[in-house]
Amino acid sequence: MLGRGQAFSSLGSAALRGGWNGRRRRLDDFGRPGQLSGVDAPRRALRHSNRTYAWARRIAPWLFLAPYLVLTSAFFVYPLCKAAVLALHQTNGPRSRVFVGLENFKFLAQDPDFRKAAFNTTLFAIGSVGLQLPLALGLALLLNGVRGRAQSWLRLVLFSPNLVGQIFVGILFAVLLAPRYGLVNQALAALTGAGLETRWLGTPALVMPAIVLTSLWLYVGFNMVFFLAALQSVDQGLLDAARVDGASRWQTFRHVTLPALRPVIVFVVIVSVIGSYQLYELPRALLGPMDNGPDNAGLTLIMYVVDVAFRQGDLGLGSAAGWVVAVLIFVVSLIQLRLTRERGDTES
Amino acid sequence: MSQVRLLFLCAGLVLLVLAIPRRWRRKYALPYARGLVLLTASCAILSPLIWLVAAAFKDHAVLNEYTFFPPLDKWNETTINLSNFRELFAPRVTVHGTVSFATFVLNSVFLATVTTTLQLIFCSLGGYALAKLPFPGKRLVMLGMLGTMMVPGMLLVAPIYELFVHTELIDTYWALTLPSAVGAYGILLFRQAILAIPNDILTAARVDGCSELGIYARIVMPLVRPTSAAFCLMTFLGSWNSYVGPSILLQSTDKLTLPIVLSHLVGEYHYEKYGVFLAGTLLAILPPAVLFLLLQREFIRGLTSGAVKQ
Repeated sequence: MLGRGQAFSSLGSAALRGGWNGRRRRLDDFGRPGQLSGVDAPRRALRHSNRTYAWARRIAPWLFLAPYLVLTSAFFVYPLCKAAVLALHQTNGPRSRVFVGLENFKFLAQDPDFRKAAFNTTLFAIGSVGLQLPLALGLALLLNGVRGRAQSWLRLVLFSPNLVGQIFVGILFAVLLAPRYGLVNQALAALTGAGLETRWLGTPALVMPAIVLTSLWLYVGFNMVFFLAALQSVDQGLLDAARVDGASRWQTFRHVTLPALRPVIVFVVIVSVIGSYQLYELPRALLGPMDNGPDNAGLTLIMYVVDVAFRQGDLGLGSAAGWVVAVLIFVVSLIQLRLTRERGDTES
Repeated sequence: MSQVRLLFLCAGLVLLVLAIPRRWRRKYALPYARGLVLLTASCAILSPLIWLVAAAFKDHAVLNEYTFFPPLDKWNETTINLSNFRELFAPRVTVHGTVSFATFVLNSVFLATVTTTLQLIFCSLGGYALAKLPFPGKRLVMLGMLGTMMVPGMLLVAPIYELFVHTELIDTYWALTLPSAVGAYGILLFRQAILAIPNDILTAARVDGCSELGIYARIVMPLVRPTSAAFCLMTFLGSWNSYVGPSILLQSTDKLTLPIVLSHLVGEYHYEKYGVFLAGTLLAILPPAVLFLLLQREFIRGLTSGAVKQ
């Protein structure tokens, strides 16, 4: 009984089973300060090195990880396997299904909507990364020149859109992008004198630019924060050395700052591209819960998955499309990692 | 016509900058130009939010009359009032009983709080085990975690939906809290923070007879408080703003959360009285904003700690 008590008290659930002994013993030890000294410690360590204690030490990490392991098996491993099974079936709602083999994938390969979705999403990924990266880096460079309180205030302001959820941003920008009274068109009209009646979300060619613009507003500060943190950890000694050697601002940036930023740039690009391929909430809120934009101009891959699985009720086709998206994201990030690694190798 | 004027203005500005002697340019012009660009960017970022506040408080009749707020002399009961909020909070009769906007606020608060609490406990426990406790298969567990982070969550939505239909947990809060009660990202974040704690402290506590759970609660958790703060904020924001899960797993009107309800309200008011759902949006972004202002330093540091070596 004492052994068990010890084992469980070392797991921390002393009060549960017989661990009361262990607890009182510890209190006694604290009650006699003289025995807390180093003389006592080896003796206690010896006492703890019995078998039950070793067992407790072995089991503790697994107990601490148990919530993760259990929940992940239930809500990650199982659904992942299930998604593989479902992808081979045609379903109608969650309760009826027919085995169709690879028919779902064949259907996806020739479905114009799916192709349109893949095209739109790729367009968004290129557009948003291509716009956001230089802008975020530029802002970070400018902000790095400002010091003290002003810097932290400006950083806070530029970062602030990020705490508004995508869905709320979508709702807000749907109104901001409206013709005539929308703020975007009013600003455009004030600057250029035209464009007050632009129907951003009603013109097929303008839907994706509108989504890119919205995500720019949302994420430029987020990416900037990463660049700023990286800029502030650039080796000051190298910068000073470059200045002493008479390097110009541009040379310093090109040959000292930029190489130091490479890992963060790679990180930001990969994270933004992966995020771009999972774009869903922003266009959903911009275009309304039942609408994919004129001529499906706002349809993204994930919108396709959700539409097929939950609006048309074909969980099988939805899972198949989900697998295609997952593989696509995996391949794109592998290619990016490979590209950046090769460039790094040739330079070093 | 005005495009031409704009072009001239830009060209004039460039010429003006070029006309300044090089020495002065470096000393004065650069900081001013930097300040100007940063201020412009800040205005561009802030103006939608200010516009949102204005739209929420403007009366329906003057919604489109003024771009932002009405001028101060027109500032009275008929232009600036709480009519949008009053309409928003008006009780509605549905199949699931009378609900009001306050119900949805409470739902969101409840879900975000429960998820954050569970995540904090489970992720920090897991992170402690991975950082400081030796056990066989640790590398395998961590590799598995990195693997789970690479799979897009949307792939799992359909099977999880099916799972909850079969276990009849659909349309309950169990379906929302259980899958998001713990995450690989949080565990790895806490592992990173806990690795920095010196082993000597933990060994000393162990020799003095402290249990592993005691070490976790009394030594580790107080030492990683900044990480905990950042992590709580992140999780709270994630849960508060989550849309996909609730939109698929919840069905009864009285259980919905703010993102779902607001996207429904957009359809209901259909850009005629957009002040009403913008008032709701304003209320929905306030709690995260307050939390963020309180914790922003820790948040940004926690966010970038994984990506940037300080």
